[in-house]
Amino acid sequence: MPLPLLLPALLAVAFLVLPLLGLVVRAPWSTIGPQLAQPEVGQALRLSLLSATLATGVSLVLGVPLAWVLARSRIRGRSVLRALVTVPLVLPPVVGGVALFLVIGRTGILGRPLYEHLGVTVPFTTTAVVIAETFVAMPFLVISVEGALRAADARFEDAAATLGADRWTTFRRVTLPLVAPGIAAGAVLCWARALGEFGATITFAGNFPGTTQTMPLAVYLALQRDPEAAIVLSLVLLAVSLATLLLLRDRWLGRGPGQGVPA
Amino acid sequence: MRRTRALLVLPVVATVGLTACGGSASDTAAGTASSSAGGDLSGTLTVFAAASLTGVFGNLGDQLMAAHPGLGVRFNFAGSSALATQLTQGAPADVFASANEEQMTVVTDAGLQAGDPAVFTGNVLEIAVPEGNPGGVTGLADFGDADLTLAVCAADVPCGAAAAAVFADAGITAQPDTEEEDVKAALTKVQLGEVDAALVYATDVRAAGSDVEGVPFPEAEQEVNDYPICVLEAAPNAEAAQAFVDLVESDAGRLALADAGFRAP
Repeated sequence: MPLPLLLPALLAVAFLVLPLLGLVVRAPWSTIGPQLAQPEVGQALRLSLLSATLATGVSLVLGVPLAWVLARSRIRGRSVLRALVTVPLVLPPVVGGVALFLVIGRTGILGRPLYEHLGVTVPFTTTAVVIAETFVAMPFLVISVEGALRAADARFEDAAATLGADRWTTFRRVTLPLVAPGIAAGAVLCWARALGEFGATITFAGNFPGTTQTMPLAVYLALQRDPEAAIVLSLVLLAVSLATLLLLRDRWLGRGPGQGVPA
Repeated sequence: MRRTRALLVLPVVATVGLTACGGSASDTAAGTASSSAGGDLSGTLTVFAAASLTGVFGNLGDQLMAAHPGLGVRFNFAGSSALATQLTQGAPADVFASANEEQMTVVTDAGLQAGDPAVFTGNVLEIAVPEGNPGGVTGLADFGDADLTLAVCAADVPCGAAAAAVFADAGITAQPDTEEEDVKAALTKVQLGEVDAALVYATDVRAAGSDVEGVPFPEAEQEVNDYPICVLEAAPNAEAAQAFVDLVESDAGRLALADAGFRAP
């Protein structure tokens, strides 16, 4: 291996892994049991898992069709559309939170009529958490699935068409199974991003235990009161992330090189 | 939008304030500097201060810089508990001003202070409501109304600790919809019109301008937050740090604090 590549690569590994090791080394292992047994921890973890899963579900239902439109359709302005829907990927999440306020907040463009006519308010609810997470995480799924669709061999779809299948049937019976690993990879990325979401959530959904306080919010607030508790909460998130990665890697992501996350 | 405009206006107000009372203020600053240090101050002064002090300390920093052209003053305004954590984790700073004694104790327990902290001002809570008071909030008891959308500070930050204390005093079970990470975040929710009321400091209501209205409540007087300040032991610029603390405790400093709605210590 050439040294000019090896050395920076080793530095990169150290840079990415050392902070995680630091969490493990500095964790207050002697008091970790009682810390974890606090009801707020379970509450925040449950809420995080639930909202990230719901956000991934919404992203799948809406994002896979969007990826198909971006990869397969011939509509005009497709590249502009792609750029628009991936903006949340590069936007600071706090800005996303403010933007959500302006649209579906109580005084927002859509939120005001919703509040005045139906009495429905979105901010400060678990729904708001799911919306904030979906806003930030769905582009990850769309990009992954679009990449998988582009990499998939379109001749299978052509063959299905010549055998008389309409486009919807082709999509369901041929395209979907073909890009399933790509969808799985995208869903994992999306779920992980939603699980870690902080900025848009604390801005748009606020912070209340049991309703909107997800694990990252709990970590942030615990750090102000009791750094040890924050480390324990961080460890839990780290463990959940690692477990998900390992579990899904064995089941789906190992299959078919080139069909995972696009470069 | 409103917030941006307020931020743009702030430097103008600061400059006007300086011109208006320029003579006496710089005299005071120069006087304290020469009494405490002798020589002229230079370098950079780093002040960690509670978010509620943003306006007043910004102005005082400008005054100190005007009196000492070689000196630069940097501020880190945030929730006191976040600042205390940063300091105990080794953040380099010269001065720490906390919005309550508890967070100052976090810093002094770690032995980071150069001298005993001194209380320099006080603050009480006030209810902030959006312009026109859409929720019809009249007093602290409204915070027990589950139908209203309400914001308080998280119990971990000083304004949240004070809120918990007034609710306990008044025997009210608060029904907030969100516990914000610092007092300015709670105020922002009012400015955006997303909550019917938030419990913030009286000084925040005054600083917020016309899109926020204040509803004072008698129970607030029972829980006055004392603000302590101290020079830090590891201060890279100890002379300037002492000059800033002296300025805060001077007549000019007290006047600036009183103008912003702070209480005498």
